[in-house]
Amino acid sequence: MLTKLAAGLRLLGRSVTDRLWRLGFASRFLLATLLYSGMALRRFGLTIREIYFTGVLSLIIILVSGLFVGMVLGLQGYDTLQRFGSASALGTLVALSLVRELGPVVAALLFASRAGSAITAEIGLMKATEQLSAMEMMAVNPIARVVAPRFWAGVVSMPLLAALFSAMGIFGGYLVGVQLIGVDDGIFWSQMRSSVDFGDDIVNGVIKSAVFGVIVSWIAVFEGYDCEPTAEGVSGATTRTVVTSSLAILAADFMLTAFMFRGA
Amino acid sequence: MPSEPLIQLKDVSFSYGPRPILQGINMTIPRGKVVAIMGISGGGKTTTLRLIGGQLRPTRGEVRVAGHSVPDLDAPGLYALRRRMGMLFQFGALFTDMSVFDNVAFPLREHADLSETLVRDLVTMKLNAVGLRGAHAMMPSELSGGMARRVALARAIALDPMLVMYDEPFAGLDPIALSVVGRLIRTLNDALGASSIIVTHDVHESLKIVDYVYIVAEGRIVAEGTAEDIRGSAAPYVHQFVWGERDGPVPFQYPSAPYREQILREPSRAH
Ligand SMILES: Nc1ncnc2c1ncn2[C@@H]1O[C@H](COP(=O)(O)OP(=O)(O)O)[C@@H](O)[C@H]1O
Ligand SMILES: [Mg+2]
Repeated sequence: MLTKLAAGLRLLGRSVTDRLWRLGFASRFLLATLLYSGMALRRFGLTIREIYFTGVLSLIIILVSGLFVGMVLGLQGYDTLQRFGSASALGTLVALSLVRELGPVVAALLFASRAGSAITAEIGLMKATEQLSAMEMMAVNPIARVVAPRFWAGVVSMPLLAALFSAMGIFGGYLVGVQLIGVDDGIFWSQMRSSVDFGDDIVNGVIKSAVFGVIVSWIAVFEGYDCEPTAEGVSGATTRTVVTSSLAILAADFMLTAFMFRGA
Repeated sequence: MPSEPLIQLKDVSFSYGPRPILQGINMTIPRGKVVAIMGISGGGKTTTLRLIGGQLRPTRGEVRVAGHSVPDLDAPGLYALRRRMGMLFQFGALFTDMSVFDNVAFPLREHADLSETLVRDLVTMKLNAVGLRGAHAMMPSELSGGMARRVALARAIALDPMLVMYDEPFAGLDPIALSVVGRLIRTLNDALGASSIIVTHDVHESLKIVDYVYIVAEGRIVAEGTAEDIRGSAAPYVHQFVWGERDGPVPFQYPSAPYREQILREPSRAH
């Protein structure tokens, strides 16, 4: 009985230390990526190419999801607000929910499952088929040539995608609120404009999405680079990218929100 | 010292963790020659190539390439040395997101500041040398195994290396592609004035084209000599290997840990 307990504890301890090891490893990898970012910035075409791929990969899903989320916000928001007789605040509600919270978070979750997993799979496959080794043997550093451009592409794309998500969401809220339900057009927009603050709301939302961009891109390139060079290894790493980045996004969102909007 | 051999391995040992892979290997690759390293799968042949290319460090011994001690080189020194080496990976390792042309152009674009016109001429020459000038626009996924191997070969020699290493260049090729690749390795070596190392377990194809052979087993060199020496060798291991006999010094049963120990061991984990 006691030995079983000890074995259980040992297993728990091992998995904790393993995770810490991995975190340390991933941090060193991030450092190396930043250190070798020179090529990704100097030959910016490499990064642009990856921005194109991550952007195109995620654009449709981001736009469509943004529209639907905004439309749902319009319905739910109107239903709640009109109970308090303040349906005129619908524009404010839709815009603030999206810009502060749902835009960055949902776009990041979608980005992780669409682009993040694709980046992991791509790098993992390059590893499994020895393309990274071949690059090393050609005296080209794969972190500089393959990893850094993808990392920066993710970091740049994320705020743009989140902004598009929010814009589509606001449009969706407008469609439902104004066109379908009949909230006054002028009130919808003017309320939104007067109550959404640039510094407090928009800048903070952009900061959030930039942080999420770093998190997702970091996890995606690390999982790909670190995966076992086999088919199972790659598929496992792809799953881990989605799971880990989703959790990390939500945890980081809580912390950022706590700092940004406490009491305000 | 022009007479110094291009590559020298002196008493080289290597292990992955506690598991010894190579034990006291001595090897010499003279300039201008094609040398084969043969042995059964898992015998440490690829590991030897990675030691020469500096992707791994020996746990003991000396690895010297073109007058440099490879394990002592810093990153820039190692990269400078690698620019003069070409390596053909086991399945070609072509960049799957690039066309044949861009694959061959890759080392040129990364390392030499050449005009696109010059890159085009050089790539065309290399593709011509492997007989695939017409395939320049194809993607790696559209190539047969033999063609992919030849494109990888063109890429490996793009910078006119002093040393070309081939990891299992014959694996998975049909007999015709096999002899095409074999002949190419020899002619390119002689045309470039380079040295080549072929890692293979394809005895008969490689014996046709190589100058010297090392046979590795269980991390040690068990035989060496010219193709004639190897073909005529009466040493039991060499005989078994060259003639592909099931019984001999290499047991049919893979060496196993005691059953009890294997069952009680905790599940092995990824690093
Ligand atoms: N990254 C690694 N970690 C642990 N063991 C490895 C690793 N790579 C190869 N090995 C082991 O080293 C041995 C030699 O491998 P290798 O040099 O690839 O053999 P060969 O090329 O002769 O088939 C094999 O038994 C293999 O299992
Ligand atoms: Mg091998």
